[in-house]
Order: sequence, then C-alpha cells, then structure tokens
Amino acid sequence: MANIAHAAPDGAPRRDFLKLVTGAFAAVGVGAIAWPFIASLQPAKDTLALANTDVDLAPITEGQAITVMWRGKPVFVRNRTAKEIQEARAVPTNSLPDPATDQSRVQKDQWLILVGICTHLGCVPTGQRTTDARGDYGGWFCPCHGSHYDTSGRIRKGPAPRNLDVPQYAFTSDTKVRIG
Amino acid sequence: MLRNSFKALALAISLFAAAPAHAAGEAIAIPDAKFSFDRMFGTYDRASAQRGFQVYKEVCSACHSMRLVSYRNLRELGLTEAQVEAIAAQFQIVDGPNDEGQMFERPGRPSDRFRRPFANEAAAAAANNGKAPPDLSVMTKARAGGANYLLALLTGYEDPPPGFVLADGAHYNKYFPGYAIAMGAPLNPDQVEFADGTSATVEQMARDVSTFLQWAAEPELEQRRALGVKIIIFLTILAGLTYAVKRKVWADVEH
Amino acid sequence: MSIGLHNSEFKNPVVRWVDQRLPVFTMMQKEYGTFPTPKNFNYFWNFGALAMVTLMIMIATGIFLSMHYVANTSLAFDSVERIMRDVNAGWLIRYVHMNGASMFFIVVYIHIFRGMYYGSYKAPRELLWILGVVIFLLMMATAFMGYVLPWGQMSFWGATVITNLFSAFPVVGEFIVQLLWGGLSVDNPTLNRFFSLHYLLPFVIFGVVFLHVAALHITGSNNPLGIEPKGPQDTLPFHPYYTAKDSVGLVVYFIVFAVLVFFAPNYLGHPDNYIPANPLVTPPHIVPEWYFLPYYAILRAVPDKLGGVLLMFGSILIWFVLPWLDRSPVRSMRFRPLARPFFLLWAVNFLVLLWVGGKPAEGHYVLIARIATAYYFAYFLVILPLLARLERPLPLPESISRPVLGGGPLPAGAAAKPMEKA
Repeated sequence: MANIAHAAPDGAPRRDFLKLVTGAFAAVGVGAIAWPFIASLQPAKDTLALANTDVDLAPITEGQAITVMWRGKPVFVRNRTAKEIQEARAVPTNSLPDPATDQSRVQKDQWLILVGICTHLGCVPTGQRTTDARGDYGGWFCPCHGSHYDTSGRIRKGPAPRNLDVPQYAFTSDTKVRIG
Repeated sequence: MLRNSFKALALAISLFAAAPAHAAGEAIAIPDAKFSFDRMFGTYDRASAQRGFQVYKEVCSACHSMRLVSYRNLRELGLTEAQVEAIAAQFQIVDGPNDEGQMFERPGRPSDRFRRPFANEAAAAAANNGKAPPDLSVMTKARAGGANYLLALLTGYEDPPPGFVLADGAHYNKYFPGYAIAMGAPLNPDQVEFADGTSATVEQMARDVSTFLQWAAEPELEQRRALGVKIIIFLTILAGLTYAVKRKVWADVEH
Repeated sequence: MSIGLHNSEFKNPVVRWVDQRLPVFTMMQKEYGTFPTPKNFNYFWNFGALAMVTLMIMIATGIFLSMHYVANTSLAFDSVERIMRDVNAGWLIRYVHMNGASMFFIVVYIHIFRGMYYGSYKAPRELLWILGVVIFLLMMATAFMGYVLPWGQMSFWGATVITNLFSAFPVVGEFIVQLLWGGLSVDNPTLNRFFSLHYLLPFVIFGVVFLHVAALHITGSNNPLGIEPKGPQDTLPFHPYYTAKDSVGLVVYFIVFAVLVFFAPNYLGHPDNYIPANPLVTPPHIVPEWYFLPYYAILRAVPDKLGGVLLMFGSILIWFVLPWLDRSPVRSMRFRPLARPFFLLWAVNFLVLLWVGGKPAEGHYVLIARIATAYYFAYFLVILPLLARLERPLPLPESISRPVLGGGPLPAGAAAKPMEKA
C-alpha cells in the first residue's frame, strides 16, 4: 500500500523536526520521573534531624571507655590515663600514615571521642574494654583486617587509610558532652 | 469556586457517580470559611498558622496530642531555628532508658515529636470521661469538610434546642454529627494573648487553629500545588506536540 | 549464517549479535513495529496501552513505597504518614500510588466497556477476554489488600467486612476466614500477609497481561466495525501509526492523573482512613473504595447473606461466560439496533449501582439497588441470549476500507470523529 510506504523506521525527513522536539520533550519528562524515586532513597528528613546524642561523662573512670549510639553508629568515649595521653603525644606526627597531632583530635586532653568505625571497611574495632585486644599501640584493634590504632585513634599499622573519625561534639558542662 | 469546579471535573472523570459517600446523615451544611489555602493555588497564611500553633500549645495541647508533628516542622511556618529550639526546650520530653535502665525527662529538641499530654491512650481516656481526645496531626484530612468543619465545630457550641435531651457530660454543638459532643467549648474570648496584637476572639482563634491544623495535616500542600502547575503545563505542551506528530503521521492515511 | 542462530535483519552489529542469539528485537519489531493493526481504531483503543502503563507506574511507585512502609499494626499508619512528611518526595510517590489505583480502575472499566460494546469477547477472542477477566479479578484482590495497608479505620473495617464475606459459605466458611486472618480477628498476621500478597500479585498480573497481549497478537485486534481486516488495505503497521496515537492518549491521560494527584489527592478517598484503625469502634458509615461500590450494592441488595455473597461474586464471574451468552454473530453494537440500547442501559445501570453502593442501605436506596441488580443479571442471562435469536442486525460493511455496503470510500473525515458513536 502506498500509505505505508513511508512508514519505514527511518521516517520521512519532513516530519523530523517536529518528531525531534516531541521526542526531546518526552525524554525530559521521562528523565524527570527518575528524580522523586532517587530522592526517596536518600535519608529522610526525620533521619537527618536526629542529629545529636547527650553523654554523661561522670560515671566513666580513668582508663575506662563507653560506647554510645549516634546516628546509628557507635561512638567511643574514652577517659584516657596520663600514660596513654603521653604515649599519644610522644610520637612524631610525620612518621604517621595519616599525620595528625593528638591535640588536634581532642577538646579536653583526657577525653577522646571517636566514631568507632574502622576506616578500612566499616567494622567496629575492639579495645573498648580493658580486657579487649587493643593492638600493638594500646588503642584499638580491628579484627576484620588487622588495623592497629593508637591511644589517639590514629592508624598505625594495617590496611585502614585514615585515622578514626572525630565526630562533631561540644561539652555542655564539665561532665556532659553533646555529640553532633 | 475554583475548588468547586475542580471537584466537578474530578467528579466527571471518576465516572460521575463515583463520589465517595462522605459522612452520612443530614448534618447542617458547613459554612465555607474562605481559608487562604482553599483556592486552587492558595497557600497557608503563615501569621495565622503561627497564631494557631499558639492556640494549640496553650489550649488544645492540654488534652490533644499531635504525635506526627515535630518541633522542627515549625520552621516551615516561618519560625527561626532559634525560636524552634526555644519552643522545644519549653517541653520536658521523656527519653531513655539511661545507663541505669530508668526513663528520664529532658528538655525537648527540634527533632522531638510534639509532647503528648498523656502517656498513652488509656491514660488519655481515663482523664476524659472514658473517651480519649483524638490526635490532631491529620485531623483536617480525617473529617469531611476539613478545616471548614473544624472552624465550624469550634464556633458551633450553643444551647440545645428545647426538647433535645443531652446526655450527662455532653455538650450541644450544631455542627457535630448527632449534636452531642464530649468536648466542652474549648475556646473563650481572650484566652490567649497574640504577640502580633490580633484580637483573640473565639472566631479568630478557631480560624487560626484550623489553619494550623490544616498545615499540620498537609504540610506538602504548597509544594504539591506548585509542582502540579509545572507538570500540567509541561504535559499540556507535550500533548499539543504529540497530537501534531500524530496528525502528521496519519496525514496521508485514507480513513 | 551459522546453524542455530536466528536469521536477523538488523544492521547494527550489537543489535544483530544479540538478535541472532535471542531474537527480542525481531520479536519487538514484529509485535510492535510492523504488526498489522486495523486502520479504523478510535480513541477507545488507547485504553489497553493506558492500563499497561498504569500497571508499570503502580509497580514502580509501590516498590519505592515498600522501602519505607512498615507492615505492623502499631507502626503502619505512622509509617505512611512518615512517607508523606519526611521521606523525600514521599508524598508524591504515595499520592501517585494511591490515586493510581483509582486511575487503573477507571482505565480498565473503560477498556472493559469498549470490549463489551464492540463485541471484542466474541470468537476467536474468547480466551483473550477470559484472561482479561482474570486480570480484573487479580486487580480487585490487589487493590483491596493495598487499601488495608495504611491501617486506617476504613482499612481495618473494610478488611473485616470483606474477609467476613467468606464466612457466608457453608461448612468451609469459618475455615477460610481464619485462613485469611491468620488469627481470631483482623490483626497483625492479616496485615503482614496482605502486604506480602499485595507485593506479589502485581507481578502475577504482569504475567497474565503478557498472556493477554500474546493472545491478542494471535487473533489480532478487533475494531469499531467488528469485522476482520480483509487484507493489507485494511491495516496499518502498529508503528508509527498507533504508537503516535497511543502517545496522544497517554499524555492526555497523564494530565487527568496529574490533576487528581496534585490538586485533589484525597478526593476519591474516605476521610475515615486518616483515623488510625480501632478494632473497638466501627465508623458509622463504612463503604469500600469507589471502584468496588457496584458489587457492594449488589451484595447489599440481597437480604440473604449467602445469596448476597454469591450474587456479588457472580456479577464478575458471569463475565467469563459472556462469549457464550451472547451468540449473536455480529460483534459491534453499531450494527445491533436492539442490543445497543440495552447495553448502554446496562452501562448506565452499572453507574447507578456504583452510586447506590455509596448510599446507606435503607429506604428507597434498597429498592433502586434491587432493580439495578436485577437488570445487571437480566442483561447477561435473558436479554443477550434472546437478542441473539430475535434481533435483525444492520447490514455489515464489506470491509474496513469500504465501510458502507456496496459504497465507495467514506468521505474524508467521516471516521475522523471516532468517539461519535460513544
């Protein structure tokens, strides 16, 4: 039939422009549909609003550590002994895989507050209890792939690329700290 | 008006007889309060909604919870971060358990949900003659007539007509289905003092709190309508284009 | 060409490589490219494509909603409101899903109406029609269970009333009801299994839709004249003619959909479903979603419990045998001067049932419901079988391209107003 002769997939050139515009419009529309779906996978507003956790430091004696939850992650709060602080500060920073001074990682010398997640692949290092394995440097040891952290939470040995992260926090009183 | 024509359109689309049967019975027609958000492109009157929050906080919240709304949501009504933090801190929120396993109270934070007046449904019922006051989070979506109904209800208290037998503890309200409502007239003139100097008449407070509750039930309304306009304009253009393409494709078909 | 490979006609090397091994491109080309389609479709023939697109919209939005929804009686209501408030674009996805159900039923009802009006259920398309009825039943089950998920008052009491329908059956009734509930009342186990099935059934629907389309592509489409194409002069390749035409319908459909979602998202819903489920208080006036109202009206029209349930289920099951109730050889109502008004009355009667189903079951509403129910069944069981014998159909056109018996081609534009017969 004559009326289907031009119906080849190539199409006749005279209707190309109109088709192009329409096709572009439709493509924009289909692309825009993806936005709400992808957005919905991002953290919801209430999740983002749960920003902070209060910690009471009073019951933590020297040498002890506690773990608290913050944004679904463990946060280590350690009351360091004078020896641990001294060890952390004695190391020359330029010899470290991820150089940082101990002073830059604490607000009060005694209190070390860290996100308790190994920067290698996300396991939780051991060392919170005095009976735990603390690795070669007296801080924390990640049993998954053998990363050793020192008493400032800095990576000293093993595959982890960075020091343990320090969360945002502020002392609300002498014995209270708000993380986040 | 526009809203009505929309309803008519939607009605026709939905096989005209599909109109959902709303509240049964022959309750008095609810007057149209002409809220700022009624019109098709209407938005919330922020000042009114803020006053409405004050009415809720100082009057309604003694009995009614709003468990789905957080203090942080008040930012959408135009309050600043600091104002929201100050409001939240006025409330003692139960948190816990702490390290000793005890629940404890602490000042509220913006991320907290509105504090509930009663610990649970049973406590709420026990304190209110056996019937728990309903949560107000989605109240305007949960009642036929929405905000218009709430405004009418809050201003609809009057003496029962002669011969109407009112049960003990019930109150006569001409807009409540069945007319006998457990809640006593909640608003009295000058019950709250508005910071912006608006006179706190019952009508004014009812209007403001209805606006606030409408916002609480549909916080997405403004965004929804704005996006809807854009999408419909886009689709209208696309409809014209596809129709033109269709005409061209079919131009030489004898049919 | 090596033995065992499909003989592909595609030139693009990648397409060709795939097509030789798995001829999906050849199949698409055959079924949606060059597929010969009657040239005289009107816009009623858009609705199959619209239904297909709606199914995909429902599956996509549903999958994303399920990532935030919590199927637990104490959390379900709040989790839905959390989607509305806190999940990014959650209100949009939820309102599209919620109103999509209504749009799906509108589209499918029009699709069914078209099938009945133009006799698309008749030989050789009986199985195509039966698969369509299966899809419709699956849709109803899916929609019903989906409405339960937000766990509002209408969810709970709808679930209670509908599952209790099965208690009407003698002997096995109580057993079936407990099987549905997974408990002694509608409760958490019920909600959990409904969620599971609500997620599963759309994929079953998708499978049956595939069969529905496969069957369609064996018999070919019916058309407004109800006569088979006599040759290539009566058909057009599906692409670009019907892809273009379906696109027009699709965009217009999206506009209607968007008006509902963005400007009246709760219009078709019931306010009571924004009240959390309370097993101790039944709302004063419970109604199902609008698309179930005709069957609800039939249920209530019968004073007997079992009778009402049987008639309600029968009102849809009877569609399965429609091809054998209507023995008239003429498909399209255009050429059936008696059946046409009876059918249009049936369609109006369906809307009357829909309307009366939303009214309280008292007073003259009961009478209206009974008359309408009687006509609903009489049309299938009495009128159609009788008309097959009594009716004298109008003369059929010789062919699609020569629509008037013995006449020449139609004047230009005569068929350009395709909805005129609607």
